[in-house]
Amino acid sequence: MIEGGPEAQWRAALAGGRFLLQRGRASGRAFFPPRIAEPGTGDDAEWFEASGRGIVYSTTVIGPKPPALPYAVVIVELAEGPRLMSRIDGIAPESIAIGMPVKARIATEADSPILVFEPV
Amino acid sequence: MADRFPRGNTAIVGVATHGIGEMPGFSSMELAAGAGLQAVADAGLALAQVDALFICLPDDLFAGMAFAEYLGLQPRFTDNNRTGGSAFMSHMATAAMMLDAGYIDTALIAHGSNQRSGGGRLSTPAKSSAYEAPYRPLFPLSSYALAAARHMHQFGTTREQLAEVAVAARQWANSNPEAFAKGPLSIEDCLASRMVSSPISVRDCCLMTDGAAAIVMTRTDRARSLPQPPVPLLGAAAATWWTSISQAPDMTETSARESGARAFAMAGLQPADIDVVQLYDAFTINTILFLEDLGFCPKGEGGRFVSGGGIAPGGHLPVNTSGGGLSCCHPGMYGLMAIVEAARQVRGTAANQIPAVQFALAHGSGGTLSSQATVILGNL
Repeated sequence: MIEGGPEAQWRAALAGGRFLLQRGRASGRAFFPPRIAEPGTGDDAEWFEASGRGIVYSTTVIGPKPPALPYAVVIVELAEGPRLMSRIDGIAPESIAIGMPVKARIATEADSPILVFEPV
Repeated sequence: MADRFPRGNTAIVGVATHGIGEMPGFSSMELAAGAGLQAVADAGLALAQVDALFICLPDDLFAGMAFAEYLGLQPRFTDNNRTGGSAFMSHMATAAMMLDAGYIDTALIAHGSNQRSGGGRLSTPAKSSAYEAPYRPLFPLSSYALAAARHMHQFGTTREQLAEVAVAARQWANSNPEAFAKGPLSIEDCLASRMVSSPISVRDCCLMTDGAAAIVMTRTDRARSLPQPPVPLLGAAAATWWTSISQAPDMTETSARESGARAFAMAGLQPADIDVVQLYDAFTINTILFLEDLGFCPKGEGGRFVSGGGIAPGGHLPVNTSGGGLSCCHPGMYGLMAIVEAARQVRGTAANQIPAVQFALAHGSGGTLSSQATVILGNL
């Protein structure tokens, strides 16, 4: 594993094309964002490969002043349970609906990896 | 574990608001100190009798020390708790414990902000986390929008019901001389206002004003010799369940459910006992969420509760009787404004005085619905 704390390890994995999650070693309960221990118990955590599957839990369309274009910010509920903030590429912002199934993709933006989602 | 709280042993004995609206050329500290001095005078005390300071300023993370120096005091205790807009309810909880224990004798709690004149934007050191910022949410607005969208999805809450909250606030503000935003405001005006982060439009958002507030607290037995009728603190509780909205177990329920239940238990009261309610209305969805979470209506019923002028003048529950953050003032952290309005209602001196107030509730919220804190004031 890469050196550094869980946040650095997660980002390094993302840069290597892998979307990782953590879970409590004893409980098996998945969580995100990465932490040095399972939240709530402080127990040991282990990494595993996320399925990338999820559904849209909530969505908002932000309307900046023109000529900037509207864009959506979403909360995705992952199949493994945790939720995270992201965006959905490949669909008009106002067409994103709560409950819509989505799949993770690792994009590159400003030379950095970024976790985004696409409609299934 | 049941809370142990010195119910009624401490009281608010001085209150002030200061510089509400626009105060060009004044710093946040100057405004906070102005409110502080007025609250001490209102309490009939000398400044030198203040021996504990509680403060949260938008632009000074170490404001407690600066406040002590500015006032020329050497306090026995200084607190900078800054859980956003709920900080001041937490200040009251801490002050009540310390006063009751005899550790301090007179607490001054203050807030001031020049955010309108000083830049016209929300002044806060808080921001989106590194896991959220790349997606460019408006901070903190989009987090509230995501909660509102989820509430609408789960319970059928409508934009018209959100607008009811803004219209009610404006109606209270229209008869409050201190309120910053006055004039007619209709449901249609709200629905037609520019969408910022759906479903939140401009009229769903609080004001961006300057302003300051302060209260003085002491033990209730000592308060009886002071000029103002004491406003006893019956319960105070704070709860934190997350910082980022994505981490909410259920985005339609906040930790106000916990802070409210605990504060009511301390006070020995139920929501039905409360005569007037002050809720932290940074956005219209807040009022609906907190009415539900504090137990004034069942979960999911908030939209219907506020419909038809339910919380406006003449409605079934007077809420945000000053005009609230939506139409009276919002200097970035509205919590102390809500406390002052609740105290004025118990004293019987509010601009929009509700008849025969026995019990008033003030509720603060900080971050992105993250920190929730509730205080209950009223007669013993």
